[in-house]
Amino acid sequence: MSRSVSRKHSVIAVGAAVIAAALGLSACSSSSSGKSINLVAYSVPKPAYDALSTAFAKTSQGKGFTLSASYGPSGTQRDAVLAGQKADYVAFSVEPDMTALVPDKVDASWNSGPTKGLVSDSVVVITVRKGNPLHITGWDDLTKPGVDIVTPDPASSGSAKWNILAAYSHVLAQGGTAADAEAYLKDFFAHVVSRASSGSDAMQQFLNGTGNVLISYEDEAIDARQAGESVDYIVPDQTILIENPAAVTKGAPQLAKDFLNFVESEQGQEVFASKGFRPVLPNTKIPTVEGANDPSNPFPQPEHLTTVDDLGGWTIVNDKFFGDNGIVTKIESS
Amino acid sequence: MAESAVIGNLTGARAARRRERASATAISLRTVALVYVTVLVLVPVVVLLYRALSPGLASFFDTLNDPIAQHAFQVTAVVAGISVVIDTVFGVAVAILLVRYRFPGRRLLSAFIDLPIAVSPIVVGLALVLVYSPTGWFGPFVESHGLVIINAKPGMVLATVFVSLPLVARAVIPVLEQVGTDQDQAAASLGANALIRFRRVTLPSIRIALAYGIVLALARCIGEYGAVLVVSGNISGQTQTAPLLIGEYFQTFQRDQAYAIALVLVLVAFAAILAGAYIRRRQRRGN
Amino acid sequence: MTATVERVPAPAGTLSKPARKRAHTGRPLGAASGTTLGVIVIWLSLLVLLPLAAVVGKAFGSGWDDFWSAITSSVTADALKLTIGLSLAVALVNGAMGTLVAWVLVRDRPRGAAIFEMVIDIPFALPTIVAGVVMLAVYGTDGVGPNLFGSRAALFIALLFVTLPFTVRTVQPVLLDLDLDAEQAGTSLGAGPSTVFRRIVLPQIMPAVASGAALSFARALGEYGSLVLISSNIPHQSLIASSLIYGKLQDTGANATQQAAAIATVLLVASAIVLVVLDLIQRRIARRG
Repeated sequence: MSRSVSRKHSVIAVGAAVIAAALGLSACSSSSSGKSINLVAYSVPKPAYDALSTAFAKTSQGKGFTLSASYGPSGTQRDAVLAGQKADYVAFSVEPDMTALVPDKVDASWNSGPTKGLVSDSVVVITVRKGNPLHITGWDDLTKPGVDIVTPDPASSGSAKWNILAAYSHVLAQGGTAADAEAYLKDFFAHVVSRASSGSDAMQQFLNGTGNVLISYEDEAIDARQAGESVDYIVPDQTILIENPAAVTKGAPQLAKDFLNFVESEQGQEVFASKGFRPVLPNTKIPTVEGANDPSNPFPQPEHLTTVDDLGGWTIVNDKFFGDNGIVTKIESS
Repeated sequence: MAESAVIGNLTGARAARRRERASATAISLRTVALVYVTVLVLVPVVVLLYRALSPGLASFFDTLNDPIAQHAFQVTAVVAGISVVIDTVFGVAVAILLVRYRFPGRRLLSAFIDLPIAVSPIVVGLALVLVYSPTGWFGPFVESHGLVIINAKPGMVLATVFVSLPLVARAVIPVLEQVGTDQDQAAASLGANALIRFRRVTLPSIRIALAYGIVLALARCIGEYGAVLVVSGNISGQTQTAPLLIGEYFQTFQRDQAYAIALVLVLVAFAAILAGAYIRRRQRRGN
Repeated sequence: MTATVERVPAPAGTLSKPARKRAHTGRPLGAASGTTLGVIVIWLSLLVLLPLAAVVGKAFGSGWDDFWSAITSSVTADALKLTIGLSLAVALVNGAMGTLVAWVLVRDRPRGAAIFEMVIDIPFALPTIVAGVVMLAVYGTDGVGPNLFGSRAALFIALLFVTLPFTVRTVQPVLLDLDLDAEQAGTSLGAGPSTVFRRIVLPQIMPAVASGAALSFARALGEYGSLVLISSNIPHQSLIASSLIYGKLQDTGANATQQAAAIATVLLVASAIVLVVLDLIQRRIARRG
């Protein structure tokens, strides 16, 4: 039965070719070789890093540059890198996620540069349906009846932490006491309807029809509007300054360091600005930002801008709010 | 035969009325069944095709030519290809063992083959991570040998093989049982060893069923989402498959691109179904 | 008498008629076959057994109390109730509708049956996330049909979609194989078609129907990809078990993985029950022979 023998042979040949091709393909795309680096980031800055990667590839240093990128909730990504996920360049939403990588994955000098390790800023804003049908003007409107708030889960998301800190500190900025602020947080959580795991997931839920108010980064709202989604956003009078750290890991190739330098340079900061992020370099030229409330003045200064330092710095804040006996932990478990 | 008696009873006015009622029932049953399938399956798929192509063919091909999409298809092809090969070897071996041999625990083995059907893909991912990640049961072993299984293609192959494990075996087993062992035993008595018997006697007899099983497994391997989502880390360009890319495009407001990739996968599914139907028809003709 | 090896019909249709019950004849293991069996057992252990054991191990790793509190927390309990409830409903509905569809395809043979055969296979060949996209295109916020986003109805319809082929494909071969004599005898004795169906056909296909329903239940229990886009994932409303597990895998809290494993264990137990039921059904078929 020569037909079946030759058929068997051809099956083996095809099988071998498939395996060889597969191994070949997988071998060449698995390492950060050539002009590609591994980027692990929180969920929201993908549009910015896509643009940054394209812009960097146009420079002489970055010719042929591509990113192999993974986006997800800030806390989850931190754990992934700690567990061994390959990363040359890491970007997180909140500083504690970065400091957790020191000294195993990231050098202790990561924040000793001119930008103190930060690459982008933003503020917490309130995102609403187009036309603001509920006439939300600020934080206090959020605890009115009928308001369903979408905000991610602080157990995994950095965005969630910023949102909660902003909600809390607005009371202090208005002259309230810590007890008042805690009472407001309790009220706030009573209105939260979702459990998204990342800022980006929360945005998706909101866009798909969940809830009627979303707490998010300003840049997220701007990106959504740039993509044509029908949402509006309000920069509350009292809000918090979001500061996002990024660094290269130990053992990362020079290309990753070059990319980080580019990101922190004027040109990189302009790219961030075009995607709705507030640049960290003070004299960055702000382009017209489509999707912002006022494209020619996209980053208005809020009346009261709290920073994490005002609240005591991340080490204290992380424990006080999100630790085992933290304010938020207690509210969520009640 | 009872036929003449039946025919006798089908004449007459009462029988005619019964026939009418029967055919009215038959028509309404047929309508219900066909409407159900159409509304549940056919209409939504058609809507997807329309939605994917409504931004225009240019935008469709733009999406497909994007390097991210190209990488995703490559990763899908590699992972699915390797997984199908493993499935085939495993499936044929298991089928022959279960049908042709006798050993303690045979029924237990048969039960374990079917286990993957009943496990949620997310649980599959969790299970593999708990064993093969650096913090898992085999973590130290994996790390000390410099292997990366989770968040890399090997883990994705494991996950994909897990969910598609029974398909080839279950397609081949009934045919093996039908074929019986006469030819095999005749060949054995003529002195042929196991390998030759497999190549020249067994394999040709299960060829069509095997092809069918491979088509099923291929469709399953290409399409796996939940298990690969957990195990892969969704790293664009490296561990992001086409289904994962669809999920990501939805996350980043790129719906049109998501629909375009989905359309490609729908066409792949159609090809698998056509191949399966063709194979079934060949088998029926052979029977 | 051992039953035949066939437990689960090849999902999207069988190529041959269901094997008749035969005593299992088999050779004892030789060198080649013995080694192959050994390799297979090792492979199965590494791939299936150990990982599933790790899930159960993690679930109970910190003791029964932690396991119990993980699955009885209000969010988890509601998610499990919703998942099991939906899966049972889907199994029943598609058990009945699948039988009807199989009946029409086999007995009625309408025009265009070939096309419908292929349409029925679509949910089985489609990636689950694409099924989700398909559902979104019709029932999403900007879909062509009613906006069911975030509702339990949407979850129910999506599950009906993905489980449609199971019962159709388990019942079809049995129907094809049915001996028509009994039915003809019944008709000639004056029984109407519904009586004939109820008393003669149904008992014969019941094991296949139950088998298909059990498969649908098991599939619906763990379904994720087709639901993730159309669900709003709101706890107590539309949050299903697999989404909850995935969410907990993203959580960085100390107990999150243990809780995820606990919920996963509940799903595994439910599936195990389904498999046992399937086995009993198959044994009944074999005994009936």
